[in-house]
Amino acid sequence: MAQPVVSVKGLEVSFATEGGMLNAVRGLTFELAEQEVLGIVGESGSGKSVTALALIGLLPKTAVVKGSVEIDGEEIVGRAEKDMYKMRGSKIAMIFQDPMTSLNPVYTIGWQIIEAVRSHGKVSKDEAKVRAIELLRLSGIPRPEAALDSYPHEFSGGMRQRVVIAIAMANSPRVMLADEPTTALDVTVQAQVLLSLQSALEKTKAALVLVTHDLGVVAGMANRVIVMYAGRVVEFANVDELFYRPSMPYTHGLLGAIPSHAEDSDERLSQIPGAPPTMLNHAGGCPFAPRCPLAQDVCRSTEPALEPVATADGSVHLSACHFRDEVSSMPVASMFKGAEQILEGAEDSGH
Amino acid sequence: MVAYSGDPLFPLKMNPLTPPATIKIREHDLFLDHSLPWRYWHWFSGLFHGNFGLDLSNNPVRPQLFLHMGVTLRMVVLAFVLAVIIAVSLGVLSALKRGGLIDRGITFTTFFFLATPVFVTGLFLKFYLAIPLDKYFGRQILATNGAQSPLASGSFLHRLPDLAAHFTLPTITLILAVFSSWTIYQRSSILETMNMDHVMLARSKGISPRRVLRRHILRNALIPIITVLALDFAGLLGGAVVTETVYSWNGLGRWFLGGASNIDLNVTLAYLLFTAVLVIMFNLLADIAYGFLDPRIRYR
Amino acid sequence: MSIFRKKGRSGEKIETQWSTAMRNFRKDKMALTGIAIFVIILIVALVQTMLNPKGWSTLTTDFAKPPSWHHPFGTTDSGLDLMSGCLKGALQDLIIAVIVSTMALVIGTAVGAVAGYFGGLLDSVLMRVVDLLLVVPLLTILIVMSNIFSSGGGSPLAIALLIGFLSWTYISRLVRAEFLALRERPFVEASIALGASSWRVITRHLIPNAIGVIMVNTTLTVAGAILLESTLSYLGLGIVPPAVSLGMLVQDGQGSATTSPWQFFFPAGLLLIIVLCVFVIGDGMQAAFDPRNARRRK
Repeated sequence: MAQPVVSVKGLEVSFATEGGMLNAVRGLTFELAEQEVLGIVGESGSGKSVTALALIGLLPKTAVVKGSVEIDGEEIVGRAEKDMYKMRGSKIAMIFQDPMTSLNPVYTIGWQIIEAVRSHGKVSKDEAKVRAIELLRLSGIPRPEAALDSYPHEFSGGMRQRVVIAIAMANSPRVMLADEPTTALDVTVQAQVLLSLQSALEKTKAALVLVTHDLGVVAGMANRVIVMYAGRVVEFANVDELFYRPSMPYTHGLLGAIPSHAEDSDERLSQIPGAPPTMLNHAGGCPFAPRCPLAQDVCRSTEPALEPVATADGSVHLSACHFRDEVSSMPVASMFKGAEQILEGAEDSGH
Repeated sequence: MVAYSGDPLFPLKMNPLTPPATIKIREHDLFLDHSLPWRYWHWFSGLFHGNFGLDLSNNPVRPQLFLHMGVTLRMVVLAFVLAVIIAVSLGVLSALKRGGLIDRGITFTTFFFLATPVFVTGLFLKFYLAIPLDKYFGRQILATNGAQSPLASGSFLHRLPDLAAHFTLPTITLILAVFSSWTIYQRSSILETMNMDHVMLARSKGISPRRVLRRHILRNALIPIITVLALDFAGLLGGAVVTETVYSWNGLGRWFLGGASNIDLNVTLAYLLFTAVLVIMFNLLADIAYGFLDPRIRYR
Repeated sequence: MSIFRKKGRSGEKIETQWSTAMRNFRKDKMALTGIAIFVIILIVALVQTMLNPKGWSTLTTDFAKPPSWHHPFGTTDSGLDLMSGCLKGALQDLIIAVIVSTMALVIGTAVGAVAGYFGGLLDSVLMRVVDLLLVVPLLTILIVMSNIFSSGGGSPLAIALLIGFLSWTYISRLVRAEFLALRERPFVEASIALGASSWRVITRHLIPNAIGVIMVNTTLTVAGAILLESTLSYLGLGIVPPAVSLGMLVQDGQGSATTSPWQFFFPAGLLLIIVLCVFVIGDGMQAAFDPRNARRRK
């Protein structure tokens, strides 16, 4: 692999709350090269958004961050704000979930892009304006010259998200973070926004960390995938490996909940019973055990380590499951099929 | 507007020596022998000709209104502007240092003054700041009576030190009466704006924290406080009535108090009209400022 | 397009807004201190006024004496025991404040509820009335009204009714805003769709959910009423003797403020402490009901 642009080692994020320490992210490690796309999937509250904010150093001051995050060889964790802010935009940029609220309503779109362009290096106003028009065109905004003088409220959600993408690529960052970039959009617009995201990647040659709960988006965009559960990486694999040989029951559950478009498909979608655990005071054992149809005593007592699964092509495939090899050979989501009734009882033991 | 049920001639009627004819004549002079709607219409139609009617001593109300208005507006406008500046700065400071010693100090101070009635602040400053100070220096540094010295004359610049001596305490009193709730509001408005998505995006662009604060947080947090300022302007005028009483200013407030206690119809009506117009004007200004600060409203 | 379905976990203790608020409030040291001081003042005032009902009307020969063991707050120029006066005045102020805030609570909630729930013409008319009352400073209206109805001062009840009659606008605006927002919420729409009567929707769904706003602002009205009453009394337009209020005592004491400062400081200080306590309690309630938007008063 080429020199990685992002290198995360043992990232831990926790918050002090009234109920004790809340461990939002526990031991996250990955590397990403130019133009690679890493998908991070998980339920809400699994720590994926916190991970994105930790990478760009925008967590609230109450967050305690440990481990290491290197971007283009520069360490971010522990960096003071006055040094950190210069890296944002130029080395790492972010696309937020809700385009309806992520643009400042009181400034024109042109103003906001030009501000981004001029915040790194000396650029004259006229040059910045030309660049802004180019950025808008690249991200697929029709009539970019006119768009400069528009206010965000005059644009639809999809258009606004493209403006946010234009802002993110303004200074050709090495890494882009996208936190649920299409979740707040209409289905018909999602594909267009993903397309402009893709062209932004090609243009800037940046790596992308794509945080989402939409496995369809992951399948279309990502090279590799991290599955997070309760703040922890439970599976890591190439996208094909993950979709065809999931090695963790939770991943099976996620895949089983995607509707199939095959014409002869009359299968019911499966669901994962129960709800994700709170991340306060983790008791030990596999955090997914209370919801897992395959859980044994060992699962409830010992937390499985993230260890490799044998793969056909020799790529890295890690899974945090005591039965990773058995699970990887099971048909997708088979353990959840028709098991709902049997499992109803498991819910109560949740918490 | 106000159904006037008090009788301004009550003292006159209670005097057994007053011949009934005199009462009749006075009643006629004051249009008291006419019906309420007629009197209201009479007053109202006079307004269009700039006529505010006569007060009980048969002096025209209009020149009095303008005379007193000057005195009051000087104080109110100065206090308003200074209070806004103080409240916004303290609110921002408090929000930025949230949870710290400065924040707690500011919060305590604002609560303290929120709970202090205007007249208590005014009296305190008058008796325990101005008078001891003047005594200590043996001359008048801070005046406690009136808007200016009775004997002051000459050009405006010449009178400025005297005016300032008279101005200082009432203005401070009024500021202390209103800045608290604005500071609290500004603080929470800043805190709320700080966590908004667009501020996160601005920070993710890599602009300096100072610029984020000035251009993105402060600029947006100023919008909601404008409504509060406009609404509270009425309260400021109420505070002016009390302040003028404490410092014996010959302003609109005291003029009105006198008018109200004599049940002087035209004086009271003139004052009420004046305050209503002023408050409405301020709300209009607020709307204009709103349109200026918030493009979403400008385009509607 | 959420692929996850959340299920409520059975056996989980359901927390109502009320119990959460109570729990938050119990942790708020400032607010608890406020309540403690407030209750102490109230009890002392009650006991003193009951044990010594004539304290404020018994003339002594101690004219303008500084605080002593016999007269803890000193005496006035006319030889009255200032502590009796202050406590009686405080009690009077609190009674007025309770009447005012009850009126504000009832009228404000009713008007706000009707305007916010039914909307339309009724809403417009009610809100124009509120606007009218907001355009002219409250104090100004009170000055005019107190002159009309009681020729410059009056009985405590008259003053209370007068202030109460004018103090509901703020609550009504907030309740209306809250109702407008709540009306759009699915559980309210569902309830309407199921054919619940307006009365039931308002009393069972809307008011319980707006209870935080209502309670907090009723508390703040208590503070506002005390401030207004004392200002009126200071201007000589509030309560008239033989009744007594703290504002009146401050006005009486201001003439001797430099020679016998206790005549100013005790009534003014007591007034300040009481109002401060009420504000702190109100702020604590605000924080308890809505932790995210704490201290967002007005």
